[in-house]
Amino acid sequence: MRSAPDDISDTLAGLAIFADLSRPELERVAHTLEERYFAQDERVLREGISGSAFFIILEGEAAVNVGGKRVNTLGRGEFFGEISVLLGEAPVADIVAARSLRCLVLPGELLKEFLQTNPRVCYRILVAEARKLSTVTRRSG
Amino acid sequence: MVLVGSGPGGLQISYSLSRLGVKHAVISADESAGGMFRKWPFFQRLLSWTKPYAPFEQGTREYERYDWNSLLPEEKACRALMCSMMDGTSYYPSRPEMERNLVAFAERTATEVRYGCRWTSTRRDGERWVLETSDGEYRCQVPIFAVGVAEPWRPQIPGIEDVPHYAQTRPAETYAGRRVFIVGKENSGFELATGFLQWAKQIVLASPSPAKLSINTRSLVGVRARYVQPYEDHVLAGGVIVLDASIERIERSGELFRVHTRRAESAAELIFEVDDVIAATGFTSPIQDLVKVGVATVGRNKLPAQTPLWESASVPGVYFGGTIHQASPGLRKHGIPSNSGGVNGHRYNGRILAREVARKHFGIDPERPVVPRAEVVSYLLDEVTNAPELWHQKSYLARVLIRDEKRGVVDDGISPLQRFLDSGPADAVAATLEENPAGDIYPVLYTRRGGVSAEHDLPPHPLHDFRTRDHERAVVEALEGLLL
Repeated sequence: MRSAPDDISDTLAGLAIFADLSRPELERVAHTLEERYFAQDERVLREGISGSAFFIILEGEAAVNVGGKRVNTLGRGEFFGEISVLLGEAPVADIVAARSLRCLVLPGELLKEFLQTNPRVCYRILVAEARKLSTVTRRSG
Repeated sequence: MVLVGSGPGGLQISYSLSRLGVKHAVISADESAGGMFRKWPFFQRLLSWTKPYAPFEQGTREYERYDWNSLLPEEKACRALMCSMMDGTSYYPSRPEMERNLVAFAERTATEVRYGCRWTSTRRDGERWVLETSDGEYRCQVPIFAVGVAEPWRPQIPGIEDVPHYAQTRPAETYAGRRVFIVGKENSGFELATGFLQWAKQIVLASPSPAKLSINTRSLVGVRARYVQPYEDHVLAGGVIVLDASIERIERSGELFRVHTRRAESAAELIFEVDDVIAATGFTSPIQDLVKVGVATVGRNKLPAQTPLWESASVPGVYFGGTIHQASPGLRKHGIPSNSGGVNGHRYNGRILAREVARKHFGIDPERPVVPRAEVVSYLLDEVTNAPELWHQKSYLARVLIRDEKRGVVDDGISPLQRFLDSGPADAVAATLEENPAGDIYPVLYTRRGGVSAEHDLPPHPLHDFRTRDHERAVVEALEGLLL
């Protein structure tokens, strides 16, 4: 009966959005979120299909496709799915594993409570969204 | 083909393979059929019901919705076997009754198993797999591992190696007058706490995140109603403590244990001095050296990552059966998990897996029946109202009808919804049942037109009878130009 390494908390500690958390807080997050593995080319988020989730990439790469065209690539520490969850709408993009992908997943219904329970994570996500918005604004200018 | 395991998962798949004419060997390290039910649950009564009286007659397909424990033979005489094994004192079978159900299934369907044959290691030899066992080598093109999720697992907490696991719990009366600290707040932890309520002087249940109750998660992933008593005791300040905290270390202090915990909310440490600590920290799957041959695993307890058809996500041609299917999560729509961890869910998966393996690896592919166009709407509404596969595996399994240029509308059977959405036929419909966060259960049709999927939610119904005019109209609207 050997112990298996509980490395998810360690992995989380290395991600920007969890950088402000204490060890017990990291363990609570690791305990709350579920880990999922996606083989290369497996779809993660489906355009137009309701009831999705919030994903944080631990390892690998995800391709963001809109109308069949790749518009972005996401990697370790980045997240997706929050827009459709926060707006209560189906995703407007397909997200596909560009190479095998490991994510932490939180069902959409639990995102609000999670953000309220972990305000420092919420703040980091807000900073990341602000950065994305700033990039888009500069490009359109 | 070799199938490893003789619990409910292995037995169902073996039966289905035999009926399709796929020759295979079944090996099991156990001495008899039953899998985990030969030993557990510890307190001897299952969490899955088989209702002796139900809206449908025992042995019919529709009755399966009310029977979570019988396997699925076609022969009428072998169906709903669980019913005849129960003594009527509860609609939850006892562990021995469940074991008898599975043993009887194996016997009456003549499912042949080589017992006492332990799989020890695995390697590739060209196109074949070689399974080393205690009885020598087994060679096959297709291995299926239905070895359960019953190997005790502990997280990496200093001192936890010296602490008994759920699997080593002593008889309840030996905890009389003792302070018991249970690490873990899922079903096994709450099962023990419930059993200790009239014995232990003090009970603490602890883990980093809050307890989830099945009535809130609306699924089997959550503490089931029968084990909620300790939680109620805690809420009513009866003395049981349910604590959300990290367990930092466990120390022995003579005959006692000192458990150091720290809550996420405060930096303060809480130390418990207790007589017993039990690691109710769950289980992993004894997949031996499959990781070495490339099988990717997922989750804290490292279960094999699988495709929607329960094939290893990283090593094609390696399949899994039974409760291991809990690591093939499907769409998890609205966060609600499948029932693949329970017999009521994975028995259907197993039947589909057998059909898929027969087709893909052995060229056995029975012709699909035609559904007359005039019957398509009523057929789909009957399915979403009564099909046990759809009730047990919401948003996970679906009834699929395909548009065939020559034959009209063809019934492709019950199939994983995720596969339909991502790589299904070009023109088809999948009918399933889903649940939203408000607790409504409603049918959903997913259509594929030219390979593009769309979702059509149908209205809920207070009695879950979806054979109404409104539902008919909604189905016709969704299928116009596709199947109608």
